[in-house]
Amino acid sequence: MTPRKAESGRIAQVLPAPQSEVGPVPGGGPASSGPALEIRGIHKWFGPVHANDDVTLTIEAGTLHGVLGENGAGKSTLMKILSGYVSADAGAVVLGGRQLALASPRDAVAAGIGMLHQDPLVFLPFSVLDNFLVGSPGRLRVDRSAGARVLADLAARFGFDFDPDAPARALTVGERQQLEIVRLLHLGVRILILDEPTTGISAIQRVKLFDALRSLAAEGMSVIFVSHKLDEVEELCRRVSVLRRGRLVGEAAMPCPTDELVEMMFGRVLTRAERPRVEIGDQVLRLDDVTFRDRELTMPDLSLTVHEGEVIGLAGLEGSGQRSLLRACAGLLGVEEGRLSVGDEDLTGHPYRDFLDAGVHFLPAGRLEEGLVAGLSISEHVVLAGGSKRFVVDWKAAREEADRRIERFSIKGEPTSTADSLSGGNQQRLLLALAPQHVRLLLLEHPTRGLDVESAAWVWSELLGRRAAGTAIVFSSADLDELLRYSDRILVFFAGRVLKALEARETSSEELGHLIGGMELR
Amino acid sequence: MKVWRADVARRVSSGAWPVVAAVALVLLLFVAMGQPPFRAAKLMWEGAVGDRYSIGNTLMAWVPLVLAAAGLVVTFAAGLWNIGVEGQVVVGAIAATFVAREMPGPSIALIPACLVAGMAGGVLWAALVGVLKTRGKVNEIFGGLGLDFVASGLAVYLIIGPWKRAGIASTSGTDLFREQAHLPTFANTTLSFVAVGLAIAGVVAVYLLMRGTLFGLRLKAVGRNPRSAFLMGIPTERYVIGAFAICGALAGLAGAIQAIGVWHKLVPSISGGYGFLGILVVLLAGFSAVWIAPIALFFVMISVGATQLTLWLGLHSAIGGVIQGLLVLFVILGGGWQVRRRRARQGTAEGPSVGEGAPGGPAPVEQVEAGV
Repeated sequence: MTPRKAESGRIAQVLPAPQSEVGPVPGGGPASSGPALEIRGIHKWFGPVHANDDVTLTIEAGTLHGVLGENGAGKSTLMKILSGYVSADAGAVVLGGRQLALASPRDAVAAGIGMLHQDPLVFLPFSVLDNFLVGSPGRLRVDRSAGARVLADLAARFGFDFDPDAPARALTVGERQQLEIVRLLHLGVRILILDEPTTGISAIQRVKLFDALRSLAAEGMSVIFVSHKLDEVEELCRRVSVLRRGRLVGEAAMPCPTDELVEMMFGRVLTRAERPRVEIGDQVLRLDDVTFRDRELTMPDLSLTVHEGEVIGLAGLEGSGQRSLLRACAGLLGVEEGRLSVGDEDLTGHPYRDFLDAGVHFLPAGRLEEGLVAGLSISEHVVLAGGSKRFVVDWKAAREEADRRIERFSIKGEPTSTADSLSGGNQQRLLLALAPQHVRLLLLEHPTRGLDVESAAWVWSELLGRRAAGTAIVFSSADLDELLRYSDRILVFFAGRVLKALEARETSSEELGHLIGGMELR
Repeated sequence: MKVWRADVARRVSSGAWPVVAAVALVLLLFVAMGQPPFRAAKLMWEGAVGDRYSIGNTLMAWVPLVLAAAGLVVTFAAGLWNIGVEGQVVVGAIAATFVAREMPGPSIALIPACLVAGMAGGVLWAALVGVLKTRGKVNEIFGGLGLDFVASGLAVYLIIGPWKRAGIASTSGTDLFREQAHLPTFANTTLSFVAVGLAIAGVVAVYLLMRGTLFGLRLKAVGRNPRSAFLMGIPTERYVIGAFAICGALAGLAGAIQAIGVWHKLVPSISGGYGFLGILVVLLAGFSAVWIAPIALFFVMISVGATQLTLWLGLHSAIGGVIQGLLVLFVILGGGWQVRRRRARQGTAEGPSVGEGAPGGPAPVEQVEAGV
């Protein structure tokens, strides 16, 4: 089956109806055809970002429908629109011929659409049973014993095992998901959306989850499975829609060759590393068998050496460990085992301040969340980051310095402009303008995310300029083109491990795309 | 200056209608209670500024209120809800009382010592809230509120226990301090120029601190975004404790002035509720040091003026508090309504907003961790 690719933004629906090509579904009889869910021309903007651009697709009843795409492709936005968490700017959601008014998750559940979030929305201090009943439509009295019976029945149907009186805090992420699924079913949900459901659950729980999803589809329910893990989508889904940069770029019936899915997800990338080689200098950063833990993710035994003038790209899906590695190298995340040194200095277990003093500078992805202070002006940022210890601020000098940096970093703004009034590109320029000129190690999280082409190119010319002066750069990115173009080496992360370390000059976008999806290129 | 004038214009235009609404409601309230509304208003005015005695009373009420408010501008800038300010006033008064009672001999250092002791007491009590927050992860609202109760309990204990008047243990207060420990007053009014001078100095100091210093700027950064501030290398915990200490010093000074300038003894209600009232003043002032002086003056005029209503119209003295409360409610409601309208105009559909603070104010109180 050949996937159809987008041509001028329209998708030709020439695929045969899904029922006709797949035999009996495991777990029960033929899929009954309930009403199909139609998504018509959905648009959503977040400020200047076009998160969903004219997305039109149909989810048949009784189908396991995969939605694929890299980070920031617009999957989550689309699902939030379907489940009523976010309202679309244009377009319609139609179920069985009736247009739905989805103003809140409550409306969506009433229409039979329920969403299982990446972090299951469970009230931790409540018992399992209370969690199960908490969203039930409202009578004043809660009939716990009847609730317990329903919970037991539903759990038995899917082979889940709950102690109704246990506190939800004691459940694993996988069990919380199971609880959320039966809760949504109890509320009468017929279309179940799962957003990256396999992050943080065990292999056994994954099997259980997939079995449950298959039997739900066999009963005629629709399951929308959002993921960027290729193998899972291949294993589970019968149809796949692929989003890229907010647009629906292709649909395919499964099975479909992995290559084609990868190409749809990332587009055709022909970039090769092309910048001049820079003389590699002394060792700047060294990790010896370092293990660290960030929430549920444990990253074992990582070793890495970075030299002056080197650029290391961190590839992988969100939450695979790149974020944790950057934070550990910045001194923001404690190391559990092993040794971490900057230059010749062992900084294992040292506070963040020592990393700053050692010449490590971190630029987080959340520019306004972690980097800049909303409401403070460019001048004020210059003073804060300036390192001057004078008690009384010389505002005149600060304004002049702000003007100089605005000029030098081509920021569109005034010294009095507040950080939150700047566009994303200008916020990134400001962050770079605040970074000391000669640091040893620059750690960047998604340095060009959300930037237009011109700003992104400018950011990299600035970064490469610093690299030429000897700064080592470690950056994470979801953009294959960026990774291949600017890195010397690329570490591909998958589920908390470095799946492979690649020489950027010797790899291809195909290989990188496969590895990011957790598969070796065959 | 142009910016300043624009600021005034903006504040007046955005603050005018809620004030008008509140005043109208108050006048209606008078009518409902069967009182001639404009006579009541006139009585209040005369009670507050009618002669030099009442002006003295009004200014002496203004001093602790504006000092507490000035301190709160600092904690609010750091994103902190210092509900403990009331207790900091009380502990300041207790510390000043201790010095006034125990320091030997008549000495010109007695009054300065009382004032310094008051500030030290306030700093201690406030820093405790800060340390509980940064080291013990106790939300400053709960820590502060708890220490408020401890402080007033301590005051009552001292009054009926170790510092009781000879022969009688009464909650009416300790013995009067000796004359040398009384703040000198102007002519035969209650007005102390030292107290007013200290209050003005406190407001100016806070204004300069927040506007012109690196400390103030860093504090603002910590208050608006502790995460970014930390990544910029600012030791956020130290700044949090520092903000509490400054607020505690000013609140403690207010308490000391209450003890040696107004009551001349320690009484259980020594704080006069000026700490809590200070929170309202700062909310109304939009967290700006410039505006707390006139707004605090307006507030105490209402309080002092309202005593005339009790005297002449037989209304309960609580009426002053009702008026102040209504004012604050309406102004904050007005601000919230403007935010809503602006959002509606921009057409952004956002989720339910929680505890929308006034512009430039502290972030809403962090979610309270349920359970342990």
